[in-house]
Amino acid sequence: MTTETLLWLIPLPPVLAFFLIVLFTNRSKALSHSVGVGAAFLSWLMSMVVFVRALGVEHLGEHPFESSINWLPTGDTWLRIGVLLDPTTAAILFFVALTIFMIFLYSVGYHNFGQPKGDHDHKGLPPHGATVDEHGHTHVVPSVEPMYSRFFAFLGLFAFGMYVLVLSDNLLTFFVGWEIMGLCSYLLIGFWYAKPSARDAAVKAFMTTRIGDVFMLLGIAYLYSVTGTLTFREIFTEDVLHTLASVPSGFLGFSAAGLIGLLLFIGTVGKSAQFPLHVWLPDAMEGPTPVSAMIHAATMVSAGVYAVVRMFPLISLDAGTMSIVAFIGAFTAIFAATIAVAQNDIKRVLAYSTISQLGFMIAALGIGAYVAAVFHLITHAFFKALLFLGSGSVIHGMEHGVLHTGNHHVDPQDMYNMGGLRRKMPITFWTFLIGGFALSGFPLITAGFWSKDEILADAWGHHHYAVFIVLAIAAFLTAFYTMRQITLTFLGEPRTKEAEHAQETPWTMTVPLIILSIFAVGYGWVGIPEHFPVLGGLVPNWIHEFVGGTLAEHPEAVEFNWTPLLTSLFVALGGLGLGYAVYRDVNSVAQDRFQIPLLKNKYYFDEAYNYLFVKPAYWFAENVVYKLMDQGLIDGILHIFGPVTDRIGAFIRNNFDLPVINRFFGDGSADVTYGLGERMRFVQTGRIQQYLMFALVTFIVVGAALYFFLLA
Amino acid sequence: MNFITDHLLSLILFTPSIAAVIMLFLPQGENKLFRWFAFGASLIPFVLSLVAWFEFRAFLPGFQFQESYPWYEAIGSSLHLGVDGMSLTMVLLTTLLTPLAILASFTINDKVKAYMMLFLFLETGMLGVFMALDLLVFFVFWEVGLVPMYFLINQWGSANRNYASLKFMIYTMGGSLGLLLAVQLLGVLFGTYDLVTLYDRWNALDSGSMLLGMSVSTVKTIAFWAFVVAFAVKVPLWPFHTWLPDAHTEAPTAGSMILAGVMLKLGAYGFLRLILPLYPEEARIFAGALAFLATAAIVFGAFASYAQTDFKRLVAYSSVNHMGFVVLGIAAAAFAAGTTDATIALNGAILQMFNHGLSAAGMFFLVGVIYERTHTRDLEKYGGLFPLVPVYGGILIFTSMASLGLPGLNGFISEFLVVRGAYPILTVYTVISMLGLLFTGAYILKGIKKVLHGPLNEHWAHGEHRLTEINTREILVMAPLMALILWIGIYPAWILDVINRAVVMLF
Repeated sequence: MTTETLLWLIPLPPVLAFFLIVLFTNRSKALSHSVGVGAAFLSWLMSMVVFVRALGVEHLGEHPFESSINWLPTGDTWLRIGVLLDPTTAAILFFVALTIFMIFLYSVGYHNFGQPKGDHDHKGLPPHGATVDEHGHTHVVPSVEPMYSRFFAFLGLFAFGMYVLVLSDNLLTFFVGWEIMGLCSYLLIGFWYAKPSARDAAVKAFMTTRIGDVFMLLGIAYLYSVTGTLTFREIFTEDVLHTLASVPSGFLGFSAAGLIGLLLFIGTVGKSAQFPLHVWLPDAMEGPTPVSAMIHAATMVSAGVYAVVRMFPLISLDAGTMSIVAFIGAFTAIFAATIAVAQNDIKRVLAYSTISQLGFMIAALGIGAYVAAVFHLITHAFFKALLFLGSGSVIHGMEHGVLHTGNHHVDPQDMYNMGGLRRKMPITFWTFLIGGFALSGFPLITAGFWSKDEILADAWGHHHYAVFIVLAIAAFLTAFYTMRQITLTFLGEPRTKEAEHAQETPWTMTVPLIILSIFAVGYGWVGIPEHFPVLGGLVPNWIHEFVGGTLAEHPEAVEFNWTPLLTSLFVALGGLGLGYAVYRDVNSVAQDRFQIPLLKNKYYFDEAYNYLFVKPAYWFAENVVYKLMDQGLIDGILHIFGPVTDRIGAFIRNNFDLPVINRFFGDGSADVTYGLGERMRFVQTGRIQQYLMFALVTFIVVGAALYFFLLA
Repeated sequence: MNFITDHLLSLILFTPSIAAVIMLFLPQGENKLFRWFAFGASLIPFVLSLVAWFEFRAFLPGFQFQESYPWYEAIGSSLHLGVDGMSLTMVLLTTLLTPLAILASFTINDKVKAYMMLFLFLETGMLGVFMALDLLVFFVFWEVGLVPMYFLINQWGSANRNYASLKFMIYTMGGSLGLLLAVQLLGVLFGTYDLVTLYDRWNALDSGSMLLGMSVSTVKTIAFWAFVVAFAVKVPLWPFHTWLPDAHTEAPTAGSMILAGVMLKLGAYGFLRLILPLYPEEARIFAGALAFLATAAIVFGAFASYAQTDFKRLVAYSSVNHMGFVVLGIAAAAFAAGTTDATIALNGAILQMFNHGLSAAGMFFLVGVIYERTHTRDLEKYGGLFPLVPVYGGILIFTSMASLGLPGLNGFISEFLVVRGAYPILTVYTVISMLGLLFTGAYILKGIKKVLHGPLNEHWAHGEHRLTEINTREILVMAPLMALILWIGIYPAWILDVINRAVVMLF
């Protein structure tokens, strides 16, 4: 099969799985997950074939695999859509396909496949466990998810959206994939829709990202109307870019390129949960944990960064836009990191960490460090997927403990209920440790170190010192809260009975962890800078060569400098060390010195937005638009017509019809006739003599008159 | 076969009426017979319009399948029928939705014969508007459609039906008064009502010359607004929209389906068929005003929908929001007629008419499904129904997403085209209308949240109140709509190509 055909085919298996499960196999759990996992495997396999083929092509950046068809007729021309595989796409596809496949596999175990049905499980709520009889005594075991099949269907659609987005050769289908993921995140965050918190989180996620999306749609419309095309490779030609950069947009002095870039970037701010649209992502933890991994590592949030990566040639045209991008990214990186320090929910720490790490990537793009951003995007996807799946494994283990003790008041996600899990869940511990160290940027052996170092080196090398300092502090905080998390969860002694009875999870969950941890370490080795002391040059800096080839101008590698290297060594080791030192002896929330209300409450953004936007919007809708305008004003005016018409009718009747027509003409003429008749009655006596008398008098009068008028 | 192809349009147009008249002679009380007869009869025009669709040659300019019969020769009016790509799309929509609406009304048990007859008459009325190439005939059909709808709301509607039906009737009649006068004006001036002739002669008038004691441009402006008001009421454009929530909410389910699905399109079609070709100059001058009203409809429609506590009213207001995009596209095209942007905007507007027909009809039907079972439309009384009716829930989410404009489904394509076309022409209005698009999301999600999500609803879970799942007949009503929604979303070219060619040739 040609590579182009394969590219068209890659997104299809998951979406077919979606339809198959929804329409046919949903009654059978085994069949449904086979279809789902099989589809994910098939897509992964095709992606790998494509990836290997891409590696073999020289100058793939200039001659990518592409193929397109006519889609929308627009006047005399067509809007074409198609697939494109350039080096960046290939690199992204590699991690997307792998993490998606891992998440599918992991979900089988996470949703307790093979376990009995719950005692009183409801659709729309997480399973509560089932009582089983074994060897004469009963005990409670995890029960299978009641909406097991549905989960795989949604996951399939989600994967489809991501593949469409990654492989698109144009912004329109890119946006289609983007929004399909938006829908799926809504469906999956609200998967346990009977929980009010999950239901609200789903709506919040959809609406917050939609704010970004409508701006993005505007940007797409604007771009399309200026250039007449949405195909990436047609936009990124010198002529078109030159036009875009030189046409003024008429908005705050931005060039067309600048404004379009900004509008598209707002979409990213929503999707990648950057400040100020970050509020949805922590709440998105309401979804099942594989979903968290799917959304926060493999697909959706990466899509936001990928959008900027994809549109980089356009966005980088305008210095103003780039500064905004860099500022938002750097600010988000440090802002989210400070919140993460004060969170106690194991998944929420990771959620804020995701926001912060995405900030790193956005900041990197803002300062023009294209390759570093892509590199960090990929390594982050591996270790963050690993961490999320690891945390899911921890929660799963803890739930086991909760079922054992039967005390359902213990929150299995609260890190203060854990401790000492390293002995109970060794595989989860070691893989989580690897993921955590990668996130912290533990020097030399983890992938996170190399990609984060690359960003810092770029910031330093291109004299973006403010960004450099902010990111360095954020990196320090990252290492600190990661070690806090590892210490509280795995080290020390169990703090609750539930933690004592935690249990390692089945192979479907641990195998993905192991595979991902291999990449969380090994993927760093493809991007070692050439002039790095000792290690540099041993392995070629593949990521720079390959991904850099996507851009028309192959970016220069930054010169080696000791300052950023020493900084990243210091922040990683210092943060980890400090985290361990502070939390080694902490045994309860009360001892935690970082439970600062401002941080714990996420700087009160949720409350502020609620009072500033959500409530006023509803108030405006209900009271102003509906009650005042429609019902009050418009219908009010209409309802005046009724009575006024009535009044006019009554007025006409009372003042014209009745007196004039009826009384005057109708009754009037009758009255007059009657009255006349009445008055003339006296002449009608019936006596002949009188009549003759009248006749005679009349004759005389008339005769006299005639005589007088005519003859005289 | 020749007879059929030669008289295709009149067959499509009059079959429903003939069937309705035949129904009159069917024995009383045979409800089942009435239903199936009406359903079968409404399938004939559908099949015939499919024939028309496939026989239609999109690349040819002008009107096809033309037929002309003398009608009122004394004043120069004839029954002149014909379709182009634009009207054929609407004809297809009408003939598709009518059988579905009739199928949806199988639960009506009261005066079934009269009900079904009115529905068939209604179909003729609506089709006539889309096919007429004679201004007077256009007007006649325009008014003919009102009568059955009035009775459908008035006789089979819910609690507040008297108010709603009267409001519907008065509003629309009030709007058409000016239309009638303007139509007469044109007829008197040229001695003919034939649209094709009028297009040429009306536009050939020298704008400096005098007419009826006024300058031509003044006369045209007055006539323009008379047309606009009539169509704006029907679309409905803000602030002429308040009849819609009442009429839609009180009408029986199938009535709402047709009201939202087809009748609103009559107004938009009027803009496209009459206003743009007859008043290009005035339309350009007043495009800003139109765009303002359209944007107001989009934004306020979305807000008002968001404020509702009645499920059906929420869906009703969504029509105001969605039809606003149609008018926004039309306004953009009016402002910059002939440009690529205008073509794209019009493509979007016409496709949006078709798409809204599918999704709005679907949404109203789904509201009807649950209303029939629960006898309430109060959103506060729902919630937590998803576990009880998973299939219904899935269909509701699917249709809601089409209404929301989710990419991959039909609504996105048309909204995107409108936004794309309008952006360079009416930038500010387009930007503001994005606020409406945002709140489209808000009210759709509110609907889903209030109906399906939340803790299991005990009230509807047990005993006599137990909610039953959507049945096969109801799924059959939804299936064609859903298939089309998905099909247009994935591959819109099959329909958009026909629309696009018509737009390129017309404007």
